[in-house]
Formats: sequence, structure tokens, C-alpha cells
Amino acid sequence: MSDRTTLQSIARLVPRGSRVLDLGCGEGALLDLLQREHGCSGYGVEIADANVLACVKRGVNVIQLNLDEGLSMFDDDSFDVVLQIDTLQHLRNAEVMLRETARVGKLGIVAFPNFAHWPNRLSVLRGRMPVTKRLPYQWYDTPNIRVGTFKDFEVLATRNRLSILDAFGLQDGRERRFLPNLTASTAVFKFERA
Amino acid sequence: MIVQPQAMDFADSLSLQSGASIRDYRLAYETYGTLNADRSNAVLICHALNASHHVAGVYEGQDRSEGWWDSMIGPGKPVDTDRFFVIGINNLGSCFGSTGPMHDHPETGRVYGAHFPVVTVEDWVNAQARLLDRLGVTQLAAVMGGSLGGMQALSWTLQYPERVRHAVVIASAPNLNAENIAFNEVARRAIVTDPDFHDGFFYEHDVIPRRGLRIARMIGHITYLSDDVMNEKFGRQLREGLELKYSTQDIEFQIESYLRHQGDKFSEYFDANTYLLITRALDYFDPARRHDGNLAKALAVATARFLLVSFTTDWRFSPKRSREIVKALLDNDHEVSYAEIDAPHGHDAFLLEDARYLAVVRSYFDRIAKELAP
Repeated sequence: MSDRTTLQSIARLVPRGSRVLDLGCGEGALLDLLQREHGCSGYGVEIADANVLACVKRGVNVIQLNLDEGLSMFDDDSFDVVLQIDTLQHLRNAEVMLRETARVGKLGIVAFPNFAHWPNRLSVLRGRMPVTKRLPYQWYDTPNIRVGTFKDFEVLATRNRLSILDAFGLQDGRERRFLPNLTASTAVFKFERA
Repeated sequence: MIVQPQAMDFADSLSLQSGASIRDYRLAYETYGTLNADRSNAVLICHALNASHHVAGVYEGQDRSEGWWDSMIGPGKPVDTDRFFVIGINNLGSCFGSTGPMHDHPETGRVYGAHFPVVTVEDWVNAQARLLDRLGVTQLAAVMGGSLGGMQALSWTLQYPERVRHAVVIASAPNLNAENIAFNEVARRAIVTDPDFHDGFFYEHDVIPRRGLRIARMIGHITYLSDDVMNEKFGRQLREGLELKYSTQDIEFQIESYLRHQGDKFSEYFDANTYLLITRALDYFDPARRHDGNLAKALAVATARFLLVSFTTDWRFSPKRSREIVKALLDNDHEVSYAEIDAPHGHDAFLLEDARYLAVVRSYFDRIAKELAP
């Protein structure tokens, strides 16, 4: 998810000059890009020591926090954009965090691996859990504890009264707007509170 | 790195927060590295309760004379003295060479004792600023401190926002909570009720309130460690053999022996009045107080970029307290990074060599160094 074209397509969804909160920011590559090329400012949130260190090295503001403990540190509407890029699938409280994302940000942008991508479907049809470039783990050691599909997210968003402003799939760094639930290994949603 | 202590005398009166003032005082300090041509590479290190201006390096011909933060500061260390001009200052009222309660009052000629004025974190920062003026340092690349030293670093960004580019605040808090003040008060009562204290004028009686100082240090020490570390280090080990002595007053457990040793050592070198003054400075620090308790409002004036670090097992200055500072900085849209180090050593961790901790500070200072003119 950190390849440049993928980062670029997500960065395009962020309005120029936004104040951004990047939940699960990894090594800070996206924030770095947003700061350097899109005039944005903001903070990353990370739990892993190595990622916190990488962000400090990069000069990206990072706050070390466990997202499963919630976002009480952040006030309502305190950010223009809250990002959850490849984060949702690792969270025990994924639904709460989605609501929190919508509470703290005027805009929310979520990206996660789409389990309904056709190679995954094929694998399950064959009776085995998928192991792909996008989902490289075995069923017994995967850190992805929330496995969902493009369509699943639409349902969850509606349930939480989020209005989807844009949604598409990402495959090999390209946007897929035709049958994204089938053709893309990554689902991307941009939303706000309804 | 061989270092030498220096001293600077100040004749002019310094107004203190209490309304009192102090004049004809001396500050002990040390510097490491070289101030660059555009004077942009100065880093001030603020000390906590029992430390001093001797931050790093050793004194010539003196074994085991390493400064208190020698793991952090020096050539090639996270705060690299090959790149930065580092300054350590012993605070006013302390007992390592700066003017304190053990010195004579310039007007009465009598030892200050209990008449030494109450000094606050803000007063220390003002005194430090004067010393920096005379060193020709108008702006700091960074101010850094742990615990009470972190409070000074934070206060610098509020009292002299234009003079600080970065603040590194480690294992600190925006104020002390009731439990923390309570620990300080127990320590103070131990000192004040020692018959050798003589209302703070024990110097004239040629005695030292050692019993009070020992107990003060013992209780302090307990709070600087974590439950886990204490159990790991001492557990229920007996001091001698395996048999219980069934004595109420002899040392029975190793932890007792350790605390008594720490207390004895401390009472040999620390001043009783200084202990009272410094714990009071801790109690009084509360930048939000002038802003109806609103820390975000208090930090609005800061323009520095911040790095905060806390340690998971530190219960004296817990991560929760550091997060309060982080939140107040976020509320102001100030630049801040925050690392919460999963270390077992309690409050003491900020003085120890933890690879993750040192790496974060090193990386942060690498960034600061890149901003300096080549």
C-alpha cells in the first residue's frame, strides 16, 4: 500500500492545505507526501516503536497511541481529513473507530484490502483462504482481524450514517470504478457524517 | 570528554514570582561543544531534583565522575556535542555551586537558611535566560529536560517563545497531581521535623538533618522505580541467609538495605533546604493556573516544535500526564511528536539507556542538526 501510485491516488482525495490526522500512519510516507506536495499539515498516529522512529526520522509529526483505546485525545471536527489507510482491518473496535474517524474529521478516507477481489473469491471457491500479494498471510497468522469487502463497507457506512462522497477500487496502482468489488484488491472510501 | 565546571556571577537583582528578589548570586554551569558562527546550535539541558550543571563528560583525574545524563549527551551521543553547543546550568537554590540556602545573604551576612527565597520553575528559566544572554545565546536550537527538567523546558516555550526552536520534554507533567504533592510533603515533613533541622538554620549549629534527608530520599526512590523492577531486583530476598530474624528494627529484607544505602548516600551530599525548595518548585509548577486551568490556552503562546517522551511504567510522571501536554499542543495546532516507551524501569527510565528511547531522541536531534546552516 505504500507504493507511490497508490499513495498518489489517495493523496488526490485530500483537499490541498488540509489539516490531516493519519491513523496508523506507518512510516509516515503518505503524510510526508501530503506535506511536501499538497501543502497539508498534521499528525500521524502509530503504535509500533519502529514506525514512530521512522516518522521522527522523516520529520513527520507522530503520536504514539493504541487506536484500540479510542481517539479521546482528539476533539470533534478538529481535523479537515482523517485517514485510515490499511488500518481498519487491524482494529478490534473497527466500527467504533470508524465512527471516531467521522467524529474527529470533517472528511474521512478509509482504504483496506477488499476480500471480494476475484482471486480471493476463486481461492475460497477452491476451499482455501486466499494468500495473495495484497493478503500475503496464512489464515492462522494474519494481522488482518477484520476481513471485509467493498460492499460490506457500504453497508457499515450506511449503518453508521456516513454519506459516501467517493468510492473506488485500487488495483496495481490504478483506480477501478467498474465493478470495484470484483476487480480491485483495495477498497477506498471518502465519506462524511450524514 | 573531559569537562570543567564554570561559574557566572550576577550582581543585578532578579525579580522572583513570589514578589521577592535575589541579587549578587552565582550560577554554576558547564558547556560542551562549540557555539557556531551564527549562534544557532545551542542546546540547554535542564536538570531535575537532585542533579546539577554536570550533565555530561568527566572531570579530569576523577574516576566515575560522569555527568548525570552522560548516556544522552556527548560526542557521537544522541545530543551530539560535535554538532551542538550544550549548556547545563545548576539552578538557583540548588547545592552544587549555584547560590543556595547554604550561602550567606548579601545584606545580612548571615547564612540564608530558611530565608532563601522560594524559587519557581519560572524563576529558574528567567535566571537561565540571563546566563544565556551573557554567553551570547539569543535563541536555543533546543531546550531539553526530564521530569522537573521537562517542566523547565516546557516553561521556556511559554516564557520565551521566540528564543526556543525545539523543546524536548521527557517523563514530565503539566503540573503535579495530589498524590505527587503528597509524596513531596512526606519528604518535607521528614526533613523539617528532624531535630537537627533547626528551622532551616542547621548550618549555624554545625549539624545536618540527616535522618530527614534519608527518609526523604527513601520515599522518593520508591516512587522512581516500578513495582516490577523492585520485585525483580529485590523481591522478598533476605539480606542475610535464609532464616528470619524476627526483629522489628534490624534490616531483614534486601529492599530495606538498598533504601537505607540510598538514603545514607544522599544525606552526605544533598542540602536539606534545597530539597524543600526544589520539591516546592515542583508543587507550584502549573502553567494552566493563570488560564482557569485550561492547559491548551496556556500553551497557545508557544511557537517551538515539541518532542515528548514518556515511559509506560512511570507512575510518578505517568504517560497520561504527558498525553495531557500532547493534547494541549494538538489543540493549538502546534508541531508535536510523542513517543511512549515501553520500558520497565519506572520514572528512572529517563536516565537509563533504553535503545528505543535513545534512538527517538537521536533521530529528533538529527533533524534539528539538518536545520542548522552548514
